[in-house]
Amino acid sequence: MQITSFINIILGLLLAPLLLGIINKTKASFAGRTGQPLLQAYYDIIKQLQKGAVYSKTTSWIFRAGPVVGLSAVLVALAIVPVGGIAAPLAFSGDLLLLAYLLGVMRFFTVLAALDTGSSFEGMGASREVLFSAIAEPAFLIGLAAIARETGIMSLSHMLPAAHFFSPEVVLVVASLLVVFLCENARIPFDDPNTHLELTMIHEVMVLDHSGPDFAFILYSSALKLWVLGLVIVGLIFPSPAGSFWPAPVSTAICGLILLAIIVGIIESLMARLRLLRIPQLLVAAGSLSAFAFILILR
Amino acid sequence: MDSTIEIMMILLLLSDMALLGLSRLRTCISIVSFQGMLLGLLALVTQLGSLTPRLIMIAAASFIIKGFVFPILLRRGIREAGTQHEIEPFVGYITSVIAGLAMLGVSLWLGTKLPLFAAGSGTSLIVPAALTTLFTGLFLIIARKNALNQCLGYIIMENGIYTFGIVSVVEIPLLVELGILLDVFVAVFVMGIAIYHINREFDHLDSDRLNVLKG
Repeated sequence: MQITSFINIILGLLLAPLLLGIINKTKASFAGRTGQPLLQAYYDIIKQLQKGAVYSKTTSWIFRAGPVVGLSAVLVALAIVPVGGIAAPLAFSGDLLLLAYLLGVMRFFTVLAALDTGSSFEGMGASREVLFSAIAEPAFLIGLAAIARETGIMSLSHMLPAAHFFSPEVVLVVASLLVVFLCENARIPFDDPNTHLELTMIHEVMVLDHSGPDFAFILYSSALKLWVLGLVIVGLIFPSPAGSFWPAPVSTAICGLILLAIIVGIIESLMARLRLLRIPQLLVAAGSLSAFAFILILR
Repeated sequence: MDSTIEIMMILLLLSDMALLGLSRLRTCISIVSFQGMLLGLLALVTQLGSLTPRLIMIAAASFIIKGFVFPILLRRGIREAGTQHEIEPFVGYITSVIAGLAMLGVSLWLGTKLPLFAAGSGTSLIVPAALTTLFTGLFLIIARKNALNQCLGYIIMENGIYTFGIVSVVEIPLLVELGILLDVFVAVFVMGIAIYHINREFDHLDSDRLNVLKG
């Protein structure tokens, strides 16, 4: 276990909300606006942390536990994903399953907290979130299984650097993971993070009742989720050999993440949100890309 | 060169999946046209060492007819019929894509079993891709109601046969290949006329309703 892998976690903790700022800046420049400051997500989180929380009398401890469990799950996930080929501190064989289910635990508690409020809108959002993630999860897992099969390694830290981006299978997996990335982080073809129309919201509608520090936790954990899933994609695109000098691979990975954030911003500027009925189709298409890559590797 | 062929085969398979999953007819026609051009190039790439004028002619004929003539005929069919989407296929789009993956699996298994290609090409994607394209065409003919989609299925099926021909026979006899092309050309032409008449008679392209004509 290296000391540098801890520095990577600290980098993640510090830089994750910056990605949200980059996405928003890209969207603003496409629309010809100045847009919010690059560090807006940090300001929001700090401001929310200084406020008090309001809890409805109908909610139970589950509502209070939701944001805390979500944040802790994504923090563990942060300790699993490698940054630029440097093994993560918690790396072990089979950790890709743990990553998928840590994100699952986070989602499960967000959904429980949303249902706990008893609001019909939040129930609707929870139902959508669960449906879409149920279709996105096979795409994610089959894609990673394809990479694991190709490299013969079951640990994310060693699997991602070992994959060659230029084989067609890996390109297919990356395309599929990009769709999953957009879906899991509630970005535009699936969910509009800025929308406040209850009928179309997915993620935002579930956290409507959280306030103060709880909401800061939710904002921060969704930024970290963006960072963690982004690292998986970037790790596939820029596989750098393990053991090379520390700053080079890490700065490559972080530049890759910034590039990914810009790409997400461009996608959000160019596309409209899909109709809800079309979303499962896109997710199944992503899943079939993963399955296609898996079949190609199995042959 | 082998990796070029592999990439072309993967593109062919991906276009099959797209055809199974998309409902907009105009997009489907563009994808079939892309398939035609891809296969025209494939004939040249597989025989890159020994290009003969005959081969170039076959490739060019297939490139032009499948890549440009069919799409023009089919687009005219759409314009006259005024349909943009397949409304209610027999088999839904998500199910179709999953069926496509199953067909790919079966084709890969068949590709290893065929004694004809046991030597040398056991790991190549060409035979499985050809079989999957063939199955995709058949599946579209069965699973879609719209006459235009069935016509597309016919062309896709021919694409599969063509791919199969490229690997199984090194030098495809000119007459055979031109004969197939001519057949398909005439078929698309006839289907265009049939589509026009179905459309005039019933105000839509739902070939399922032809059953009404039975006494």
